[in-house]
Amino acid sequence: MKQFTYERAASPAEAASKAANNQNAKFIAGGTNLLDLMKLEIESPTHLIDVNGLDLDKIEQSENGGVRIGALVRNTDLASDERIRRDYGVLSRALLAGASGQLRNKATTAGNLLQRTRCPYFYDTAQPCNKRKPGSGCSAIGGVTRQLGVIGVSDACIATHPGDMAIAMRALDATVETVKPDGATRAIPIADFHKLPGDTPEIETTLERGEVITAVTLPAPVGGKHVYRKVRDRASYAFALVSVAAIIQPDGTGRVAVGGVAPKPWRVEEAEADLPQGSKAVMAKVFAGAKPTEENSFKVTLAERTLAGILEETKG
Amino acid sequence: MSSPNSFEMSRRDLLVATAAGSVAVANSNRAANAQAATPPPRPGTATSRVGFVVNGTRQDLDLDNRTTLLDALRENLHLTGTKKGCDHGQCGACTVMVDGRRINSCLSLAIMHEGSEITTIEGLGTPDEMHPMQTAFVKHDGFQCGYCTPGQICSSVAVLEEIKAGIPSHVTEDLTAPTQVSEMEIRERMSGNICRCGAYPNIVAAITEVSGRQA
Ligand SMILES: Cc1cc2nc3c(=O)[nH]c(=O)nc-3n(C[C@H](O)[C@H](O)[C@H](O)COP(=O)(O)OP(=O)(O)OC[C@H]3O[C@@H](n4cnc5c(N)ncnc54)[C@H](O)[C@@H]3O)c2cc1C
Ligand code: SF4
Repeated sequence: MKQFTYERAASPAEAASKAANNQNAKFIAGGTNLLDLMKLEIESPTHLIDVNGLDLDKIEQSENGGVRIGALVRNTDLASDERIRRDYGVLSRALLAGASGQLRNKATTAGNLLQRTRCPYFYDTAQPCNKRKPGSGCSAIGGVTRQLGVIGVSDACIATHPGDMAIAMRALDATVETVKPDGATRAIPIADFHKLPGDTPEIETTLERGEVITAVTLPAPVGGKHVYRKVRDRASYAFALVSVAAIIQPDGTGRVAVGGVAPKPWRVEEAEADLPQGSKAVMAKVFAGAKPTEENSFKVTLAERTLAGILEETKG
Repeated sequence: MSSPNSFEMSRRDLLVATAAGSVAVANSNRAANAQAATPPPRPGTATSRVGFVVNGTRQDLDLDNRTTLLDALRENLHLTGTKKGCDHGQCGACTVMVDGRRINSCLSLAIMHEGSEITTIEGLGTPDEMHPMQTAFVKHDGFQCGYCTPGQICSSVAVLEEIKAGIPSHVTEDLTAPTQVSEMEIRERMSGNICRCGAYPNIVAAITEVSGRQA
């Protein structure tokens, strides 16, 4: 691990302005992704700004009947919150399907949204990777692609967003709240938060330098049955090959977001109109324009079957 | 890596494909990391002072900022019960309790624990006065080589507290009903602790016995 200096920030605005002044500074929350990457020298910040003291660890009722989740709320606390379990079950389920008990105790809402890809070549510093070293090439293209993306990918990068939480948040139409170094605040719809790789896979979100996530808000509950199904190589403690977050209403309408397949939570709202026609119809639209490799085309079939299972489970 | 054609992969591809998975795998990076003992702060090194309580004793340390909580416990405080397995949060051997919650001490900086209350395996019980979970692991043969055991035991104690506190898990059927102890629940909640010897059935038996006693 490379050396770094360390300080604690006392407010989001202070954290933002401290980071804006130092190009090589990073925020650290739970540290469960950043430290892992620092040990491998995939990330080498020279200064760490600890955001754990920002008093952003509450889950509150918002004025519009929804909830406001502080950026520092731990994954365990979010998954266990009474309101989340009752009204936003898909989010609770997605969180509980991710990582392990130990990791969820540390992992925060903001850190989880910003976790980096699990592309095996991104982790192997001996090999070219456009995301890790812009312009060096992509070792995954033409390599082992079983875990990699099938849609939203580019000629520069085919990696996926590996997380679970964000997939449920996409189905729930969450909004990410931030503070910029100049003190301005923004509310970013989760649909616009993660960026597709295009020619710049190193840029993963719309966040600007120094911008601090302060909260994630969820609109008022929409009812329906909430399901998160994660398909993986082991029954627990593994990243998704494919995951589906779904909210299905009694009349058969609903919402569907897919994980493990794209650089961001993948949701195609127009496809949801076809829910009454069944999983095949929906997924044909969700995966329109997909570019799977021979090795990972199974993900398209798997996503379709996963949704079929959910529709069976939520029937009636 | 259960790819149907994995036998066709080259060794290099296999190493690459497993490097980012959740299993404890020794690729060259990891092995190097696991062997490097944290150096004492040297002149010119960015250091910080931190104070926390470990097993009831206040400790004040000047540490290289890079020191993980795991290395501070082992290298600076010589509490070597807590083990370094993968050093990447994948195996659970480094599990300790911080402010009543289990965490992977390898993925946490020591200097971020100002004021924390830390309990390691040494703080749970002693050979003369074992914690009930330690006794149950011995009774049920919940280990073979023993390397993962301190992490398994710290995690087990925390799991029963998490169930009591009503924290749900991936296998909890009804998110709005009270959480209960079952073999499924124990297995799911313990999935962050890998045992290379495969002592899982005996670990589950030990935890089940302690949970029964507590109930
Ligand atoms: C073995 C293992 C298995 C895992 N399995 C899963 C899984 O199955 N599913 C899953 O979803 N995840 C999984 N994870 C990933 C885990 O969920 C993330 O590591 C965690 O959510 C990151 O949160 P953190 O608070 O620790 O982030 P950190 O590591 O502290 O930070 C991550 C990034 O977010 C930035 N950041 C943090 N807070 C803020 C803020 N407030 N504003 C702006 N930027 C901020 C940091 O600068 C950093 O770049 C796994 C991790 C490990 C190690
Ligand atoms: S897919 Fe993206 S992350 Fe993976 S090697 Fe290519 S550029 Fe790097």
